[in-house]
Amino acid sequence: MTDSLQAGADTGTTVEPAYDLGEDRPWEDPAPSRGLLEVFRRRYLLKLLVRREISARYSGSFLGLIWSYINPLSQFFIYFAIIGVIFQLHDSIPNFPIHIFSAIIIVHFFTETFNAGTRSIVRNKAIVKKMAVPAEMFPVASMLVSLYHVFPQLVILLVAVLFMGWTPTLSGVLAVAIALTIIMTLGTAMALFFSAANVLFRDFASFVNILTNFVRFGVPMIYSYTMVGDRFGRFADYYVLNPIADAVMLMQHAFWIGTLTEQELSFDDKGQAVDRLPDHLFTLGFTMIGVSLVILVLAQYVFSKLEKQIPERI
Amino acid sequence: MAESIRVENVTKEFTLRYHRTFKQVTVALARGRQLSDTFPAVDDVSFTVSQGESIGLMGLNGSGKSTLLKMINGVMRPDHGTVRTRGRIAGLIATGAGFHPQLSGKENIMLNAAILGMSENEIARKYDAIVDFAEIPTKFLQTEVGHYSSGQSARLGFAVAIHVDSEIFLADEVLAVGDKPFKKKCLERMEQVRDSGRTLFYVSHAGGSVKRMCNRVLILEQGRLIFDGDVKEGIKVLKYDDERPEDEEHFDSDEELGADI
Repeated sequence: MTDSLQAGADTGTTVEPAYDLGEDRPWEDPAPSRGLLEVFRRRYLLKLLVRREISARYSGSFLGLIWSYINPLSQFFIYFAIIGVIFQLHDSIPNFPIHIFSAIIIVHFFTETFNAGTRSIVRNKAIVKKMAVPAEMFPVASMLVSLYHVFPQLVILLVAVLFMGWTPTLSGVLAVAIALTIIMTLGTAMALFFSAANVLFRDFASFVNILTNFVRFGVPMIYSYTMVGDRFGRFADYYVLNPIADAVMLMQHAFWIGTLTEQELSFDDKGQAVDRLPDHLFTLGFTMIGVSLVILVLAQYVFSKLEKQIPERI
Repeated sequence: MAESIRVENVTKEFTLRYHRTFKQVTVALARGRQLSDTFPAVDDVSFTVSQGESIGLMGLNGSGKSTLLKMINGVMRPDHGTVRTRGRIAGLIATGAGFHPQLSGKENIMLNAAILGMSENEIARKYDAIVDFAEIPTKFLQTEVGHYSSGQSARLGFAVAIHVDSEIFLADEVLAVGDKPFKKKCLERMEQVRDSGRTLFYVSHAGGSVKRMCNRVLILEQGRLIFDGDVKEGIKVLKYDDERPEDEEHFDSDEELGADI
């Protein structure tokens, strides 16, 4: 199915001229397993699948794409009201709304990729069962659809921090890029692995739901990194081994830190010196990109092992 | 002529699972019952096809025709043996699969064509021809496929599939849909495909149309290849020949075009 094999001429309703393969045409495996490489080779199909998801997700709805804004905003207000007002975290975390919202963007991106990606192959079973399309296409498309929905949220966040006197920095831009790269890689890896597993047993989709709950509370969103150090001491060294937590803190580095005053940055509300974010955040970030890539390679390996069973088990 | 399909000792086994849930599995284990069983859907099948041949693949329901076709198409992989092909594969398999009811006809044409392996340029080039062939009024193309009649959406799927350039053309579940003029048009189109020197692989129960379309017949029985050779003999083996007298005049009658699969 390579494009180079096309007969070329416009066919209209008439059939192409006779083919002669000749003896030098190579034999091909009709079901090649080139994995993710095949997905990039068929970028145009990927683009159409992503577009289909985006336009189909809110089709028939009156508000349409606005739901992409409402969803994270409602989460934001819930956390803000419960954690901030009832649990009184406003005082110990300065500019708490920005702290939460920069985390929500990352968490939402990851959980959407993970959840939708896990279900993606089963949802497209009409295609997978009958046509030779690389199955990796669907988790990757889910990730890109989720990524597309990140941008409206980034716009909201940008408007908010600009009002608070934040100015863009180069290191901030880099931090956002690293954070998104970590989640794109890790999210694709998880989606890849669980989408294949979900074909064999639908239990995995439910399991993923539970996992995403852990994700929400395993990152410094409704509590701060400072508190982790306070309460758990040396455990904080292990805490930063969570790539999603690092991605969240990179976002906070980019948006939240810039809105703090010098005083707030280094001292808490009782006047004691604090670390708002871990040292060597960028080193951690780059390491986590590496870790996520390794996980992606492993996920691809497992996927290739399970792939053979997909068309018959789905 | 050069070879275009080579199938060597291909076996595909399917697993029958008697118990799916945790509860059922535990009970079955406790009582010492068998959890699953395998059977060969395609059993040690070998053949080669030269370029330009048109092959009729026949056999009763459940004899493994579709599974074999799916392995040639690359949807499934054999458990044992190898399938190798030369040239691009396309055809009428699951036409319209992946149609999204909420997308417009135009969007679905593009998506479906891309799934079938067409490039962006190729789709742009053939778009008008596809629309012409499907005979769908232009005003419908901008509306959701969900609102089409089943015949219209089937025709759309068919039109896309038949416009994919390929050296190997597979046809399954052909002509099960559409009205009579459309069926006739499709069959003529398939004859053009055959006459253009492409390899044709045609699955059908209708002896008459196999006789007309093909110059070689493969017959599967419970997954095994029991016949490979001349069309008339093959149809005799299957005892399909007493259906009706061979009569070209009646070719486009409904029994002959009949629903395949």
